[in-house]
Amino acid sequence: MKEIISYTLYLADTNLILSQRNGEWCGHGPILEQDIAMTNITLDLLGQARNFYQYAATLIGNGATEDSLAYLRTEREFKNCLLAEQPNGDWGQTILRQFFISQYQFLLYNSLINCKDEQLSAIAEKGLKEVTYHLRWSSEWVIRLGDGTEESHRRMTNALEALWTYTGEFFIPAAYEQFLIDNGTIPSQDELKLTYQENINSILKRANLNPPSGSFMQKGGKTGIHTEHLGPLLAELQYMQRTYPGAEW
Amino acid sequence: MILPDMEKLFQDKIDAEIKIEPKDWMPEGYRKNNIRQISQHAHSEIVGMLPEGNWIGRAPSLKRKAILLAKVQDEAGHGLYLYSACETLGISREETINDLHSGKAKYSSIFNYPTLSWADIGAIGWLVDGAAIMNQVMLTRTSYGPYARAMVRICKEESFHQRQGFESLLVLSKGTEEQKAMCQDAINRWWWPALMMFGPRDSESSNSDQSMKWKIKRKSNDELRQQFVDMIAEQIKVLGMRLPDDNLKWNEERKHYDFGEIDWKEFWEVVKGNGPCNKQRLEARRKAWEDGAWVREAAKPPTPKGE
Ligand SMILES: [Fe+2]
Ligand SMILES: [Fe+2]
Repeated sequence: MKEIISYTLYLADTNLILSQRNGEWCGHGPILEQDIAMTNITLDLLGQARNFYQYAATLIGNGATEDSLAYLRTEREFKNCLLAEQPNGDWGQTILRQFFISQYQFLLYNSLINCKDEQLSAIAEKGLKEVTYHLRWSSEWVIRLGDGTEESHRRMTNALEALWTYTGEFFIPAAYEQFLIDNGTIPSQDELKLTYQENINSILKRANLNPPSGSFMQKGGKTGIHTEHLGPLLAELQYMQRTYPGAEW
Repeated sequence: MILPDMEKLFQDKIDAEIKIEPKDWMPEGYRKNNIRQISQHAHSEIVGMLPEGNWIGRAPSLKRKAILLAKVQDEAGHGLYLYSACETLGISREETINDLHSGKAKYSSIFNYPTLSWADIGAIGWLVDGAAIMNQVMLTRTSYGPYARAMVRICKEESFHQRQGFESLLVLSKGTEEQKAMCQDAINRWWWPALMMFGPRDSESSNSDQSMKWKIKRKSNDELRQQFVDMIAEQIKVLGMRLPDDNLKWNEERKHYDFGEIDWKEFWEVVKGNGPCNKQRLEARRKAWEDGAWVREAAKPPTPKGE
């Protein structure tokens, strides 16, 4: 039970934190149409986070709600992958971060549809249509910017340099995740990992970008060991609930 | 050969309530007046995203966050329709946006006020979108076809925003003492600037007469402002809050609410650029534009070789 709760929170937190980051673009995007597209994705991720939180809340019981889970846990309790909490950087870095996570979510949700937990399967199925769009949109932008002007290529190279080290964590299972894999609740990730790498490499190639050599991969987010970026993000996210405990909004 | 009196034909069309379309002949003044008004409206939608965007990261619940994100996104959509309507008058989106950044074009002064508490988000929905609707409902019947049609779509969403804003304040008004105080404080700060949204008094308004004759505008600033006061003075009773105006009183004879005098000195100062956030708003817009230049450049379709 506690494993499935942790895993559901991992999925919820990753969506919420990425959505919080993407939301920083709202009103500041480079092109009005893309500002709208980015907000669409932000809303989708927030919606998926809410679905996962609501499910986790029913498993936890004891008066837990989507809001208590989002607003009243600390850094050490958040389980999102490190990539989601990384700063937006420029538009290129935001796009690239979205692309990596969407590619992962696309494969993951596809596999979760067949998992033994009916709720997770239903939420994944609902999210898949959205994620399919996120993946298409972000892939197109990665290609456009990577293979665009000299400046856009340089910026995408820098973004890749900054983010690459956080892209291995998806496939390093946390103990709770391994437990669920071993008891057959969720499918093994090994096959996903291969497809993921193939898909990423094929898009990066079309974008004229080379993955950095030296492939040390950071991890820790899934077990609450985060980068220093998460604290300030949570301080902002949780400000109201922390300042006015117990109020209804 | 007798040339038709184009100007008269044009005015006859307006008087007969026939919409003016992009390809129709129109006086240069009519075109300019529409460009000025539609672009100002478009800029207001876009700049208006900033004060509300200030609270997306801090919305107090996931549900409120989703509502706010969707609302701000709607405003971006409104900006988009309006820039397109402007383009039908022969001015590109880029030119229009440059005029905002250079300070040549204006946007609604209301967005030069800061959002200081969560209650401001509710107050903006209720009062600012509420005031905007008064104007926009009138504009669904404006004489320039593309503008009128854009307004029909926009109005539906704006009235939704107003209801959501009101509902969010209603929750605060029934909440803790702190929430009630927050709600009243937001109303105190947004009420007068909202009244200013209707522009100067009719006797002071330079663009009004011609705009009325061309049916770009169909109601005067003062008429619309009165309509707004009458609506809000009733709605606030449901909130159990008060409007910060000791002179607000039902006038049985006029069948309207009387209300106090707007601080016109403040109004003109904000128009001139001296509002609390004028500088920050323009800077934020310019920054987004400049930071995005490399993205727009990379997204341009490649020019075919040999041309
Ligand atoms: Fe709007
Ligand atoms: Fe609105």
